[in-house]
Amino acid sequence: MVDVVRRNNVKITGPPDGQPLLFAHGFGCDQHMWRRVAPHFEDRYRVVMFDHVGAGDSDLAAYDPVRYSTLQGYADDVVQICETLGLDDVVFVGHSVASMIGVLAANTQPQRFATLVMVGPSARYIDEEDVEGGVRYIGGFSRADIDDMLDSLDSNYLGWSAVMAPLIVGNTDRPELGRELTDSFCRTDPAIARQFAAVTFLSDNRADLCHVSVSSLVIQCRNDVIAPIVVGEYVHQHLPNSSYVILEATGHCPNLSAPQETIAAIATFLGSVGR
Amino acid sequence: MADEFLEALGDDDEHALYEHAPCGYLSMASSGTIVKVNETFLQWTGYRRDELVGQRTLASLLTAGGRIYHETHYSPMLQMGGAVREIALDIVCADASRLPALVNALLVRDEAGNPSVVRAAIFNATDRRNYERQLVQAKLDAEAAESRALTLARTLQQTLIPPALPHISGLDIAAIYRPAGDGTQIGGDFYDVFRIGQHEWAMAIGDVQGKGVDAAVVSSLVRHTIRAAAIEHESPAEVLAVLNTVLFRDDSDRLCTAVVMRMVRRVESWSVTVSVAGHPLPILRRGDDPPTTFGIEGSLLGYFPAGHFHDVAAELVAGDMLVGYTDGVSEARNGHEFFGEAPIEAALRDRALSSEEVTRRLLGEALDFQSSQSGDDIAIVAVGVKERDSTATSSAW
Repeated sequence: MVDVVRRNNVKITGPPDGQPLLFAHGFGCDQHMWRRVAPHFEDRYRVVMFDHVGAGDSDLAAYDPVRYSTLQGYADDVVQICETLGLDDVVFVGHSVASMIGVLAANTQPQRFATLVMVGPSARYIDEEDVEGGVRYIGGFSRADIDDMLDSLDSNYLGWSAVMAPLIVGNTDRPELGRELTDSFCRTDPAIARQFAAVTFLSDNRADLCHVSVSSLVIQCRNDVIAPIVVGEYVHQHLPNSSYVILEATGHCPNLSAPQETIAAIATFLGSVGR
Repeated sequence: MADEFLEALGDDDEHALYEHAPCGYLSMASSGTIVKVNETFLQWTGYRRDELVGQRTLASLLTAGGRIYHETHYSPMLQMGGAVREIALDIVCADASRLPALVNALLVRDEAGNPSVVRAAIFNATDRRNYERQLVQAKLDAEAAESRALTLARTLQQTLIPPALPHISGLDIAAIYRPAGDGTQIGGDFYDVFRIGQHEWAMAIGDVQGKGVDAAVVSSLVRHTIRAAAIEHESPAEVLAVLNTVLFRDDSDRLCTAVVMRMVRRVESWSVTVSVAGHPLPILRRGDDPPTTFGIEGSLLGYFPAGHFHDVAAELVAGDMLVGYTDGVSEARNGHEFFGEAPIEAALRDRALSSEEVTRRLLGEALDFQSSQSGDDIAIVAVGVKERDSTATSSAW
């Protein structure tokens, strides 16, 4: 019996009888990415946050390079979390690559999920050419870009390693993070980060979108260099029953840089679908 | 405020201080768009001011890998912590060359707490990056060398003990070996069980002084010398005498202890002859007698030009069992206490145990005694005479 709560460092707040609101973080950091958004929903929803295995305070010993060689392994973890906690009628909120993890989880057990909220989703990060060399799909990155990134992870000089991991300098005026948080936030084992990066940026989930049977919301930012507008539109257009909103916020992490706008978009959507 | 600033500058020029600072300066609006840049940054990267200000973000000046890092690590940390330092990024210059840089950045918020500006200092890290690459390469090389050494150690270790014990009809033989500590260091313990003739077998167990590759090489020499000498000499004492001569003349200066036992199958019993050289005496259980040491202590091997070794013989029948072991068992320490021989005799008193169960029990007890981290390597061999198998045909004997 796997201790899912410990493995994924699951944290639960809000009323136990509230509808489950499950927040999933993307590649890079941990559940604290939702720190400015999730508390807003704690009065009505049973808010569940967790770290993917290999990130944050998850159980690093549970990292299995085979299980986590595809996004489905992460999606299976999400399903296990739902099963373990007995979550039904789940609102899944995924940031970045966690959006597609949510798609795979909802396709694995559609009956558990009420709706999917995707912040900065991408169904595929790499452009695709058709046979004549024209553009068939725009993902924002060339294969060479991604290979370059993975090479730089291998050679370690971008500073992704544990030794070279950048430090968060405590800002005494606004201590957003306690000392205990800064140690794990954005700090992952280099070998795990390397594989998660490859699994994320080489993924192609375009064929999974049409199988999503629950409603969904795509939240898109401006000037997002990881998931540009054309990428978000693609996800929206290929999900059978989705809504789409473009924020004023820029960058890839509106959950950190524009939490109020992100909260409003999620709350409005949940209100509109009768939640 | 302005006066204080100018006063603090002393004779320095405030314009030059910013524009020609020894690092690049970038200021970004909350949207990420560059709103101010200094001359140093423009010189390093080859951009014109009007190409950057109001036009580009820092992320757009990075390599693809850097952009991903910027959005997944740098930006979240800046948002959460308010500042980051020593972020390693490659900036793509106007001529498409790359400027390896270290970036320190500070997020400034307005009175309402909303991000208003990000100030970044860019340090040229070309030389440092080369140095880091060399460090990474050196680390990889060292890991590869360590991995090869470990493989070599394990391979060598495997040559000191037989991959599998021979099956000898009428005998129940088990052996166990456990390296010292975390298993990365080679020990000098060895054991062997091998056939000499149609109804004759030999068992050897021993310990070469010291650890490491040098000790393992001598252990290998000892094991093969015993095998060769046991063919020529029926007496285990004579086998040990040959071994003593070989070791004494060897350049290695390593001392060695060993037990050699010859086992000859009779109709209803086994004739065993044991000789011991500087090694803990084996423990023997015969009939209903309490288990006791068996053999006479002989000289340490390799120290004297001519050692003294003695044969002791016995007839073993079904139910009898002999245990040979190395000092990793008896001298296992817990503070000032030694594991000693009593637990070995206790294990032998339990007549229900098979040889396999005896070796496993003794290893477990010796490890528990020293809290699982064995300071020395451990070898144990148990030889039991089985009840005559009624289903076996006489030809099996």
